[in-house]
Amino acid sequence: MNAFLAQLLNGLDKGGAYALIALGLTLVFGTLGVVNFAHGALFMLGCFCAVTFRYFLTIETVTIDPTKLSPWGAPVEVRTPLVQSWLGDWGAILVDYSVPISVLFTVPVMLVIGIAMERGLIKHFYKRSHAEQILVTFGLAIVLQEIVKSFFGANPKPQPIPADLRMAADVGAWFGMEAQKLTYPLWRLIYLLFSLGVIGAVFAFMRYTTFGMVVRAGMADRETVGLLGIDIDKRFTIVFGMAAVVAGVAGAMYTPLLPPNYHIGMDFLVLSFVVVVVGGMGSLPGAVVAGFLLGVLQSFASMNEVKSIIPGIDQIIIYLVAIVILLVRPRGLMGRSGVMES
Amino acid sequence: MFSLSRKDVTTLAIFSVIVLTMPIWLSPLGAAYPGLMQKFAIYAIFAIGFNILFGLTGYLSFGHAAFLGVGSYTAVWSFKLLSMDMIPALIFAVIFAGIFALFIGYFSLRRSGIYFSILTLAFAQMSYSLAYSVLTPITNGETGLLIARDDPRAIDALLGVNQTTSGMPTPSLLGFDLGGYGGFYICAVVSIAAFFLSQKIFASPFGMALRGIKSNQTRMKYTGFDTKPYMLTAFVISGMFAGLAGGLLAVTDPIAGAERMKWTESGNIVLMTILGGVGTLVGPVVGAWLIKYFENIFSAINVNMLNAFFDFLPEGMQAVMVTILSKFVGEGWHLTLGLMFVVIVVFLPGGLVEGTERLMRWLRRRSKERDEPTGQVVSGRTGNE
Repeated sequence: MNAFLAQLLNGLDKGGAYALIALGLTLVFGTLGVVNFAHGALFMLGCFCAVTFRYFLTIETVTIDPTKLSPWGAPVEVRTPLVQSWLGDWGAILVDYSVPISVLFTVPVMLVIGIAMERGLIKHFYKRSHAEQILVTFGLAIVLQEIVKSFFGANPKPQPIPADLRMAADVGAWFGMEAQKLTYPLWRLIYLLFSLGVIGAVFAFMRYTTFGMVVRAGMADRETVGLLGIDIDKRFTIVFGMAAVVAGVAGAMYTPLLPPNYHIGMDFLVLSFVVVVVGGMGSLPGAVVAGFLLGVLQSFASMNEVKSIIPGIDQIIIYLVAIVILLVRPRGLMGRSGVMES
Repeated sequence: MFSLSRKDVTTLAIFSVIVLTMPIWLSPLGAAYPGLMQKFAIYAIFAIGFNILFGLTGYLSFGHAAFLGVGSYTAVWSFKLLSMDMIPALIFAVIFAGIFALFIGYFSLRRSGIYFSILTLAFAQMSYSLAYSVLTPITNGETGLLIARDDPRAIDALLGVNQTTSGMPTPSLLGFDLGGYGGFYICAVVSIAAFFLSQKIFASPFGMALRGIKSNQTRMKYTGFDTKPYMLTAFVISGMFAGLAGGLLAVTDPIAGAERMKWTESGNIVLMTILGGVGTLVGPVVGAWLIKYFENIFSAINVNMLNAFFDFLPEGMQAVMVTILSKFVGEGWHLTLGLMFVVIVVFLPGGLVEGTERLMRWLRRRSKERDEPTGQVVSGRTGNE
């Protein structure tokens, strides 16, 4: 039972990341009608926003402390981050909490990157075939990857979890079970809550603001909204920026769980496409449901009990489920008819 | 049966000459070694086959590498169990890839558009993962399937062929060794045959029907046309081409690994086809060659070669040039590839072949307008299009 619950949490956690990436992908698709193969690269850029942020925070001064000697007799080098010498203890906390704080840095950066990308390149491809969209966004993804690689190198850049959060949460005790029966890494729990929060924010934004209403109207019928005198293109540009932000913060918060390297986006890209399509092209709730569903199923399939019954199931479960769902429900879980079917 | 239109005969002749003279015209480009030229010919076959599905019907398969992998595995098994001769290997590779394509196509073709793409992707990724894990007895997992000296090779044993006295047996064609240029010319001849076949398919009523499905499937159905068997046939044919390519890969290098089935490989063939031009006969081939060329030649250029190349410049200039360009070659060849994708899509819509044609038309029109400045309306259409 406990193993089951732990796997459920694992799956929800993984599903959170899938859902966040898929959400942006389906948002871009639903509004702009663009198949964005560079979306994985946006996730990767988000990861490296966190890396960059920490890099700047930890620019340090090296002073030699002549009073202390290391065991082999050399003077000890004392490294102090500049932030710490300016701000004292607050600086130390800032460095420690660099990953969660970097989200604040990631949001504007990704917004700018997203809007620049849409205005600079993607907007010329609305009327072109999906094949050409795939080629251009794939090319863009490669270019972004290589730029990141030339700055940060090819090795993964591990990011630390803040020291206070580096422990296992006693989840079982919160729900009235015995203490220490069901524990789970706290940071993963935070990631899950974070992803739920971001998903909730996106939905609330689309549902309860005028901007969101206009965008939803534009998704349903772009021309009519345009005829009503609304500059829908401008709104859609901002939606693209939003999608970039969602992918970016998903990446930034994910860095302590998986050290990012320059091709982390590509690894997530294919999975998130599967998630989007299983959820139904252009459907936001579909993407979220499919993300969590596939995440949970994947972690259940990796349990030893399951693997001993069906060997190899953990490797293929996502694709198997995707095939079954697409064969049973022609447009995925919540897709509209006629979208991307030709 | 072998008749072609005049235009097609010319194209085929030019294509054959280009493929067969590869060792000559590739040597200034630094790519005239058999291993790479074999790849050029083989990936041309793969791309031609992919184009029969994608170009004619518009159905974008994202799992075509699976058929390549199946072809490779089958060919190596044929080397192990039957004979080191390439003919049974290729025949079985094509047959098995075809059966596999029939299975995947039967299910995937129930959906269209992106749903079809994801179904094919899912099937291929499943094959890839299974080849790594559960199917290890057949695929030999991560090591890859290899031939061994003491394999049974029933046909060879029956005929008393024992080609090697020492070392590993190598694939052959009716007793001729297929190393180096021999292997290349075999691949080249097969690719020319594949090209001819695709020309026939493009020109046939079957090809016309597929184009009809691409432009409007609903209307085709309303005219009482059952599109399903046509689609499935196209899918299987395309899978067989991929199987043939996979078999040839095994012939030139008798090892088969699961990484050939990975989605990045499927993605590669999609990119090759789009880059060259979807639905044109030569486009996919050009795209395949371009990407393979970059993959093998650009990635091999290093700083020393750049230094030698820019030796004529003054020292400071040389250092600057080398520093800038070294970002784009060697390790950074992906950057060049990505930029190339973007530039080609932006400036040559429809891919290299169609884009170039459009450019030529535009230039011709402009020069004509310049010749007749009196403002006579010049029709944009030139020749028979």
